[in-house]
Amino acid sequence: MSFVYLIFIPMLAALLIPFLFKKLSGIHTGWFVLIVPVVLFGIYTTLLPKVQEGESITSSFEWIPSLDISFISYIDGLSLLFSLLITGIGALVVLYSIFYLDKTREQLHNFYVYLMLFMTAMLGVVQSDHIISLYFFWELTSISSFLLIGYWYKRDRSRFGALKSMMITVFGGLMMLGGFLLLSLMGDTYSIRELIAQAPELANHEWFVWSLVLVLLGAFTKSAQFPFYIWLPDAMEAPTPVSAYLHSATMVKAGIYLVARLTPLYASSEWWIWLVTGIGLLTLFWGSFFALKQTDLKGILAFSTVSQLGLIMSLLGAGAIAFHTGIDRENSIFKYAAFAAIFHLVNHATFKGSLFMVAGIVDHETGTRDIRKLGGLMSLMPISFTIALIGSFSMAGLPPFNGFLSKEMFLSGILSIHEFNLFAFDTWGIPLLVVAWVASVFTFVYSFYFVFRTFTGKHKPDLLPKEAHEAPLGMLISPTILGLLVVAIFFIPNLIGDTLVKPAVLAVQPFLYTSTNDIDIHIAAWHGLESPELWMTVGIVALGLLLYLTLSKWQPLYGKFPQGFSLNRLYDSVMDLSETGTNRFSNLYMTGYMRSYLVYMFTGIIILTISTVFIKDAFDISFATLAPIRFYELIIALVLVAGTVTILVAKSRLTSIIALGAVGYSVALFFVIFNAPDLALTQLVIETVSVALFLLAFYHLPKLNRHENRMKFRLGNALVAFGVGVTVTIVALSAHSQKLVRSISSYYEKTVYTEAGGGNIVNVILVDYRGFDTLFEIAVLSIASLGIIGMIKLRLTKKKEVNRIENE
Amino acid sequence: MKTNDVILQTMTKVIFFIIILFSIHIFFAGHYAPGGGFVGGLLTSSGIVLLLLAFDLKTVSSMLPINYTVMVAIGLLIALGTAAGSIFFNVPFFTHVYDYFTLPLLGKQSLHTAALFDAGVYLVVVGVTMTIIQSIGEDE
Repeated sequence: MSFVYLIFIPMLAALLIPFLFKKLSGIHTGWFVLIVPVVLFGIYTTLLPKVQEGESITSSFEWIPSLDISFISYIDGLSLLFSLLITGIGALVVLYSIFYLDKTREQLHNFYVYLMLFMTAMLGVVQSDHIISLYFFWELTSISSFLLIGYWYKRDRSRFGALKSMMITVFGGLMMLGGFLLLSLMGDTYSIRELIAQAPELANHEWFVWSLVLVLLGAFTKSAQFPFYIWLPDAMEAPTPVSAYLHSATMVKAGIYLVARLTPLYASSEWWIWLVTGIGLLTLFWGSFFALKQTDLKGILAFSTVSQLGLIMSLLGAGAIAFHTGIDRENSIFKYAAFAAIFHLVNHATFKGSLFMVAGIVDHETGTRDIRKLGGLMSLMPISFTIALIGSFSMAGLPPFNGFLSKEMFLSGILSIHEFNLFAFDTWGIPLLVVAWVASVFTFVYSFYFVFRTFTGKHKPDLLPKEAHEAPLGMLISPTILGLLVVAIFFIPNLIGDTLVKPAVLAVQPFLYTSTNDIDIHIAAWHGLESPELWMTVGIVALGLLLYLTLSKWQPLYGKFPQGFSLNRLYDSVMDLSETGTNRFSNLYMTGYMRSYLVYMFTGIIILTISTVFIKDAFDISFATLAPIRFYELIIALVLVAGTVTILVAKSRLTSIIALGAVGYSVALFFVIFNAPDLALTQLVIETVSVALFLLAFYHLPKLNRHENRMKFRLGNALVAFGVGVTVTIVALSAHSQKLVRSISSYYEKTVYTEAGGGNIVNVILVDYRGFDTLFEIAVLSIASLGIIGMIKLRLTKKKEVNRIENE
Repeated sequence: MKTNDVILQTMTKVIFFIIILFSIHIFFAGHYAPGGGFVGGLLTSSGIVLLLLAFDLKTVSSMLPINYTVMVAIGLLIALGTAAGSIFFNVPFFTHVYDYFTLPLLGKQSLHTAALFDAGVYLVVVGVTMTIIQSIGEDE
């Protein structure tokens, strides 16, 4: 079975969705969609035993063989873990959305088509071994995220959020493409595995650091790292199932995936370790600190996601240190780091997924997500409260939940950083540790803030748009499953560790292990009384509780931060500037007058042609091979000139039009004389049709008296006109005087009958030899006619325009 | 202000058919003699323009109830379809084929996929020209 085709199943299923939505509108479309992720999840689960033994499964099909671009699905531990997350969380999210989105009011076909598109894109990202197809899927995730954030496209904030996420992630994606292209040039391959195999040689390449920085830009923008995280809070305008799926469990982890996947390639670099660890920790702190400023439930979760992504990122950075610790690899603490990163990634997906779903339930059942209006929902929504409590305690790093385990591993990973005496980590390790610890304290505080401000305290029914009550059972299924997982993973962590995490770690740190059995990591909740991690956790809980209880005293301090210098403000002003700037620039030359554009074009023609002729030294005018000018040719030429002059000086437009026709017919006569019947025929007919067209348009031209509006002589225009004439003459004479290349006509003569089965070279060129040109020409013609319809038939009157703006 | 153009109208009724027949001839002749889809299409449109000059827009559109925008789309589809069809036979995009057949009445003739492509060009050209002329003409 070829696993590469599985990637495309959601996208193909998406083709059916609109029909299911239209034809079977009685059944919620989500039920049909649900089949896709469930089946895929089942199929990917069957791969677990194979991958657990360290095997990998490769399959591919060629996409553009001439450019060596193909889809290669490479499933190892890391890819499989992500694929399971994508399909598993995907199934739960689809199930949840069935109850979240109303089948009569919502445009479900749009929603599920985008969602399936995303699923294919995301599976493609985590399975592609070919960097170009990886990039392709990567941008596809940005596009589907854009569509999903803007799902409620009538809301201003949705459109704003969608655009913001698109701008930032696509910017990062383009940077990443640059990094990929550098990599492929350095390594002369598109395959990630082959690049990794060449890692030692690549590390000495002068472009190595450049490609590293560019690729990290892609990963950081996607995974919402500082300072690019600003798109994620605005992305919360998406429907909650989307936030739970894309913006916490899967898409934002694409950057994490990329960093994990490329760790074997870049781990040798000091830049990599510093950037990934440093930015990760900064993001961890920043996100957790500002989460407390938020009053929107989903806003808190967005900042918390930012901070948790920073945590995973910093662990991956620390994991790369293991590459450098040399002989001591056996006991190196850094091997824990990558394991902890992957483990926390799984844990985060479970607890954050459930928290998002609870936030959605609260929003759905009370009508608001503003934490200031909420409170005392515990007795009204007991099940939601329990799930939220489990999720929050896990996020805060408390036992008996899975977050506790990975938080402990995180602390040991960061603790050991200062033992690493390379790249100045021995001096900087302690400040990093402090940052990590403080961030953990804030994580604790916002977890409590999230759950207790919503569910305990005083119930304020008069502030709520709806009367609060528990969610329908179906909506609770998905968060309950995730909540159960949170608890279950705490008690049987090594089951997850052995089946999912270890094969993934093998992919991240192949320089440490040769098979999954070599990874001698055992997850334990209890490390003994003297372990520093335990006391750090105790400290976190103590200080966190203190800070939470005094929250109302110091939370107003957030208002004191200068608003003018925020990153969001920076983004807004950059967007504004680029819009007004480009507008001003375009207005410089877009005058709206045809004559200006003609001057640009003709000037361009003169400069380009004359300079080419100069540079190539192609001036060569000889009259030796020219035929003598015959009498009637002279006459036609004179008619032509007379016609042209008449157009310019005629007093009535009608005369001008007729003179224009005369010019056209004389050109046709020239074609006849020079044995070009096809051209002559076409020219004649075109002239006839265009004169008729002119006469039609003539009715509509404003009735201006040519006398009053007498054309002034403009020196500039005259020069351009003269220049074009000279240029064309020079080119024609030079081209005729020297035959640098053999004429192609003999080839046509030879092959026109034998190979193309025709007799008229001109027409065979049009439809066969250069059929592509014709195809595109008729496409251009069609577009032009649509443009004319747009200009004339759909022309907005002033009144209509005002109406339209008011409607928006 | 409708002038008396009996002569034009009477002539048009005959000449229109001659132009159309000639345009069809030119279209088919294209592969061996001067002509082809482009000229053929233009000729057809010039015939219709003649009708427009002799009669008014309304009369013409009741005589020839053709949606020219759709015609453009169909023409484009035919052209693209002919070009793309070859990929189903595992030959590169835009590979034309031809062969000779003996047809009743017509005798030995060559049938060429290029003619299909040219038919697409023909339709697009007629459609585009008439779309432009019609939309400008209808505009008040």
